[in-house]
Amino acid sequence: MTHDDEEALSRLQAKFGDGVTAPAPREKASPTSDPWLLVETPRLAEVARFLRNDPASVFDCLNSVTVVDYLPIDKKLAAAVGEERLEVVYHLTSLSRRKRLTLKVVTPRSVDGGLPEVPSVAGIWKTADWQECEAYDLSGVRFTGHPNLRRLLCPEDWEGHPLRKDYAMPLEYHGIRGR
Amino acid sequence: MPTTVEDPRTVEFDVRTDEMLVNMGPQHPSTHGVLRLVLRTDGEVVSEVTPHIGYLHRCAEKIGENLAVRQWIPYTDRMDYLAAMNMNLGWSLTVEKLLGYEPPERGRHLRVIIAEMGRIASHLVGMGAYGLDLGSFSPFLYAFRERERILDLFEAACGARLTYSYLTPGGATADLPPGWTDRCLKVLENFEPVIADYHTLLTSNAIFVKRTAGVGVLSRANAISYGTSGPVLRASGVDWDLRRDGEACYTRMYDGYDFKVVCQRDGAYAAPPSAPAPPYDAVLGDCWHRFYVRMLEVVESIWLVRQAIDRYHSTDNDLPRDHGVPFKLTDKLPAGEAYLETESPRGQMGFYLVSLGGTPIPWRTRARSSCFSNLSTIGEIGRGCLIADIPAIVGSLDIVMGEIDR
Repeated sequence: MTHDDEEALSRLQAKFGDGVTAPAPREKASPTSDPWLLVETPRLAEVARFLRNDPASVFDCLNSVTVVDYLPIDKKLAAAVGEERLEVVYHLTSLSRRKRLTLKVVTPRSVDGGLPEVPSVAGIWKTADWQECEAYDLSGVRFTGHPNLRRLLCPEDWEGHPLRKDYAMPLEYHGIRGR
Repeated sequence: MPTTVEDPRTVEFDVRTDEMLVNMGPQHPSTHGVLRLVLRTDGEVVSEVTPHIGYLHRCAEKIGENLAVRQWIPYTDRMDYLAAMNMNLGWSLTVEKLLGYEPPERGRHLRVIIAEMGRIASHLVGMGAYGLDLGSFSPFLYAFRERERILDLFEAACGARLTYSYLTPGGATADLPPGWTDRCLKVLENFEPVIADYHTLLTSNAIFVKRTAGVGVLSRANAISYGTSGPVLRASGVDWDLRRDGEACYTRMYDGYDFKVVCQRDGAYAAPPSAPAPPYDAVLGDCWHRFYVRMLEVVESIWLVRQAIDRYHSTDNDLPRDHGVPFKLTDKLPAGEAYLETESPRGQMGFYLVSLGGTPIPWRTRARSSCFSNLSTIGEIGRGCLIADIPAIVGSLDIVMGEIDR
């Protein structure tokens, strides 16, 4: 962990206690691998709002929202993948302080057969509106509290979420044959 | 039922026609690719802009999960196809960041030359196509004449004119051919005086100023909140350029280089004398400023290329000759993840690479597109303007659909 991350972590832990933690890096991880802070899913919006408004943090820019699907599709990788889960990754930048921070939220791949839910941050950073739509479209995470969660890149009637590891490419779409 | 109106001004204000939905695109020439905008209009005034994107979506991120990192380079070409060199560079640097690899000194300067030439070529298209959007055909021809010469240089370096796949993890696929830098300097020498023509043709042209000044104003707060980047962000008065403010593994490429970040500070640009001053009706963050920032950046890039060529020649020839070195396709990636944003001509292009280790294929690849965020502002800045201003606003954002849809 870098010095900046430790600073951010101590500020967040003073405010949110165990809601924010710094997990140990992956086994045999590259030394140049990015560090991140893990946030409890229900507290995400609260933490994000704090990071955006706190005068000592001012993370005024959300760069990207990414969903990473961890599902052991390959036996060789099963140990490295670990538990089945989705990780939602938020890359933040503070333009005024010239700092960067990575937040992660872990959620199950599905809840009661439906999509997992993560609080939306669209009310905090306007760019999250489209970024979350894209993440919902491609990776299947429902962002609760989003003003207009819709499919952005795929057609509205598309089935499935292509960036899920168990996604099967459809053979046919409205009479158009694929493959 | 007859109605009486006491105040005549209310009548003036209240003349409303039926709302109409106007569909613009996806084949409209001024939407820069396959972008469809649905405009809710009241007469000539646009009350709502709804962009529909995804016509070029091919899920490049999914493709990246099935290829070795170097095999994904050609796919990055096809994202921002007008600045393919800068896309290659972004992905290469991300891979190098995860590997903890630093390219050789000569390769570093080569990358600066190529990246900045790519920036010039890209801004030339942005400028020429913008003139076209506003109904002026000749700047387009002027811009493409110069761009052709840069493409000729790229062709001599790597054999391709649009999708280069030239910069790769480790450095570049090949060193520059002999005599290339002399040709490059000659091209720049011919190009520099032409910039004054561009200013005459567009920047200070009365019709151009009328169409762009004060139109589509993006406030500083909105520019940051919408995550815009590159010239769009700087035109709103935010002093931010990743070449200076980025992560160390990117900024060390520009170590020791002298360049200014183009941005209005204290109400004025540090513009070269050849550039006209902003017209009195231009507002910070409007279409005119976005265009102007690009034009000034071209001058900075020329200066950077000149410095880079000097340095390139003063270093030893230590660039790997064979493109199989130093990474083979079968080389395994270490476990870990790396996110890196680079300053591509249209803004901050971010690549994210997650690797579980033990395989040369990444677990997850992600491309964070700059145009995607830049375009998302259209609903905000397009509201309340005239229909004729919509092409002016979209053009000033300088979008490439291949990058937005990925």
